[in-house]
Amino acid sequence: MPAPLIEMRGITKSFGAVKANEAVDLSVAPGEILGLLGENGAGKTTLMNVLFGAYAPDAGEILIQGEPVRITSSADALAAGIGMVHQHFHLAPRLTVLENLLIGIPGKSGRIDRVGGLARLAEIGRQHGLTLDPDLPVSALSVGEQQRLEIVKALFRGARLLILDEPTAVLAPTEVDGLFSALRSMAAQGLGIIFISHKLNEVRALTHRCTVLRHGRVAGRVDDPANTTSAAMAQLMCGHEIVPPARGPSTPGVEVLTLEGISTSQHSGTPLRDVSLSVRAGEILGIAGVSGNGQRALAEVISGVRAPDAGQMTIAGQKVSRFSPREVQALGLGRIPEDRMTTGLVTNLPLADSMVLPRIGTAAFSRKGLLKPDAIRAFAEAQIKAYDIRCPGPMTRAGALSGGNLQKALLARELAFDPKVLIVSQPTRGLDIGAARFIHEKFLDMRAKGCGIIVIGEDLEELLVLCDRIAVMYEGRIVGTLDSADATIARLGLMMTGAEGHS
Amino acid sequence: MFRLEVRTSTPAWFNLALPLLAIGATLVLCSGLIALAGAGVLEAYGVMFTASLGDSYAITETMVRAAPMIFTGLAVAVAFRAKFWNIGAEGQLLAGAVASCFVGAIPMPGPLAMVLMAVAGAAAGAAVALVPATLRVKFKVDDVVSSLLLNSVIYYALMALIEGPWKDTFSGYPISPPIEDSANFPVLLEGTRLHLGVVVALIAAPLIWFLIVRTTLGFRIRVTGENPEAARYGGINVERVLLSTALLSGALAGLAGVGEVGGVHFQVMSDISPGYGYSGIVVAMLARLNPLGVVPAAIFLAAVMTGAEAMSRATGVPAFLSDVIQGTALLAMLVALLFTAYRIRRVGTAR
Ligand SMILES: Nc1ncnc2c1ncn2[C@@H]1O[C@H](COP(=O)(O)OP(=O)(O)O)[C@@H](O)[C@H]1O
Ligand SMILES: [Mg+2]
Repeated sequence: MPAPLIEMRGITKSFGAVKANEAVDLSVAPGEILGLLGENGAGKTTLMNVLFGAYAPDAGEILIQGEPVRITSSADALAAGIGMVHQHFHLAPRLTVLENLLIGIPGKSGRIDRVGGLARLAEIGRQHGLTLDPDLPVSALSVGEQQRLEIVKALFRGARLLILDEPTAVLAPTEVDGLFSALRSMAAQGLGIIFISHKLNEVRALTHRCTVLRHGRVAGRVDDPANTTSAAMAQLMCGHEIVPPARGPSTPGVEVLTLEGISTSQHSGTPLRDVSLSVRAGEILGIAGVSGNGQRALAEVISGVRAPDAGQMTIAGQKVSRFSPREVQALGLGRIPEDRMTTGLVTNLPLADSMVLPRIGTAAFSRKGLLKPDAIRAFAEAQIKAYDIRCPGPMTRAGALSGGNLQKALLARELAFDPKVLIVSQPTRGLDIGAARFIHEKFLDMRAKGCGIIVIGEDLEELLVLCDRIAVMYEGRIVGTLDSADATIARLGLMMTGAEGHS
Repeated sequence: MFRLEVRTSTPAWFNLALPLLAIGATLVLCSGLIALAGAGVLEAYGVMFTASLGDSYAITETMVRAAPMIFTGLAVAVAFRAKFWNIGAEGQLLAGAVASCFVGAIPMPGPLAMVLMAVAGAAAGAAVALVPATLRVKFKVDDVVSSLLLNSVIYYALMALIEGPWKDTFSGYPISPPIEDSANFPVLLEGTRLHLGVVVALIAAPLIWFLIVRTTLGFRIRVTGENPEAARYGGINVERVLLSTALLSGALAGLAGVGEVGGVHFQVMSDISPGYGYSGIVVAMLARLNPLGVVPAAIFLAAVMTGAEAMSRATGVPAFLSDVIQGTALLAMLVALLFTAYRIRRVGTAR
């Protein structure tokens, strides 16, 4: 093994009583892709923030090519050749791709070196397949492209070590392939890469070596991830075995959600074209497809925030006439959105407020325009307890919760009112194995209780575990529906490219 | 070396400490200017304090000045909670003043006149605030710009009125005819100007607090302000909430004008408001958008205003210092607010 590019020794970092990192050792060699694994809260981001100079460690040292260094700011880190792509991007949305790249890089005589910038951008694009239109404003880029820009930005500044904090959490599977080939190409040129994830199949496909964190400590290392089973790595991460939930036979009842000939017109995203589907009580219907094929419009129509141009929808046998969120909720629809922070919760207000938001006007939480603060608080407290939502209490700012706890809070809020239909998008995106497992169990409980569930997802393995039937969307249409007994990843994958299935 | 680090939570005592910190910093910063003007800093602040809060008459004068800023402060606090950026409290105040003056000049029994003045003033302020809100909801026009520009429109409309149809034919001054004597707000303390409107302002603050914290409308305002998308998906009609907020905010600003007409000036002139609408923004920010905090914040600014004049007479420091203090207080508060989101940490020197 070549000499390490970067070495971290005995890193300890506490936040108050929480030991986010404790005596962590880690090293990366040039040309090596190191996987950094761990459940949410294991301390991965903290460790990388220490390396990137955002936090000063309480103890421990960092060595670059054998030399001890002190990194106290991101400027130090960049100067030392360390680049980081954060979970939340740091881009200026109104500036163009090129301007974002050149921020903070003085050209000759203090002016921006546009020509030189363009040349380097093109070169990096050619080398690693990371192409970007230099003149587009960042606000016009997709999430995947923004991430690409962050990577290019790090390379631009001469990074020899690139840290990526859960880069795939925001990507569609096809985009993941593009990212991986770029990372492999960079590693082939001698860059060291630290890849954070808790998706084991990705880690096994990409990384050369792994360090696994649990509760802030190194729980183990994996020297040959490609030939180590996911189960073995999951056990390192969680400290115990994880078995997938068992989906018993289903006894579907009456139709609780029907869509007939639903079409929408042009809007941001792919419109729906003549979509018909139905979900019965006690059944889980999956909607598979590459993202951007109308899933968003479908979720919006069902959630009542977009009225279709044509077609009919019924919930629990009642025709939906106005397509407002309030109407579909009143008919018995529950909704777990894909983007928890933007359309689900209110991050700056107490968690309790988010938990009662959709039902604030009902008798449970208000009367004649006056809130019932005690009832709101009691409800939130009960749910926090029932779902084991980790937070100091109902008055905690919702934004302070981790992704898994936010998802539990959303689930608690919807399930507390026994929805007849539940629409869920990407239910476990960004969650670790334990939290995902919990969410899956809840869905299966609801199914057993006679709730009809529609799961929009890209993770085919997850859909196969959960769903009774899987419909595939392509370019705004349902191209086919399979019983999950007949469905395989290969077959679904083929249908997702638009090949006709069998209904 | 020091660095800002993101906070995960904000301690509760910050709500009180931050405005006090901002005010303290303001007084320290402005003492430099006082010294530059050649006066003793302690003496100047001493005069300011005595003249504004030193005896019971001074206190009533300060309260009379605080009343309109309580209303505009509430107006801004309510609007900003919903992230309706109402910079137009000044214009809404003027509209409220004109409408109430118009009603107050009609002969009718006093109590009825006062109620109708309040209704007319609130309605006029609300109508003005509805303009930027509607433009934003329907056409996505930036509400900061439209509500700010509307202030000038209203101001010059008022000027046209008092230079034209309302001009006092007897004296020739550009002032409106006075309201009926019976419509003058009752004075609560003999020999002072403490009028009924001041009490109404003091009662309005807890009422608005109740509305924001304990009603479904308040809940919807808060949620809409913090995350309109989540609000919409949660079944809240975001456009309607914004329009309701605008109506409420404009009505409160309009009431500021009503108090000035009914309780202080009894007529309308061009300088009826020395920028109370803009001061409302400072008040609301110092109060951290909490309606209860608006009262002390408004009293602070009122004390600065009344005190500055006395200080100017006693020490020769220009009374403009009052404007400087206001501006500095706003900036200091904005800096102080940074500490709700970040903490300062000492870090070792770079290698
Ligand atoms: N700025 C902070 N203040 C207080 N606690 C923090 C902070 N950042 C992280 N933590 C805590 O440290 C632990 C590790 O968090 P993190 O490094 O984000 O984990 P991961 O990235 O593996 O999910 C968690 O318990 C988290 O709550
Ligand atoms: Mg993390």
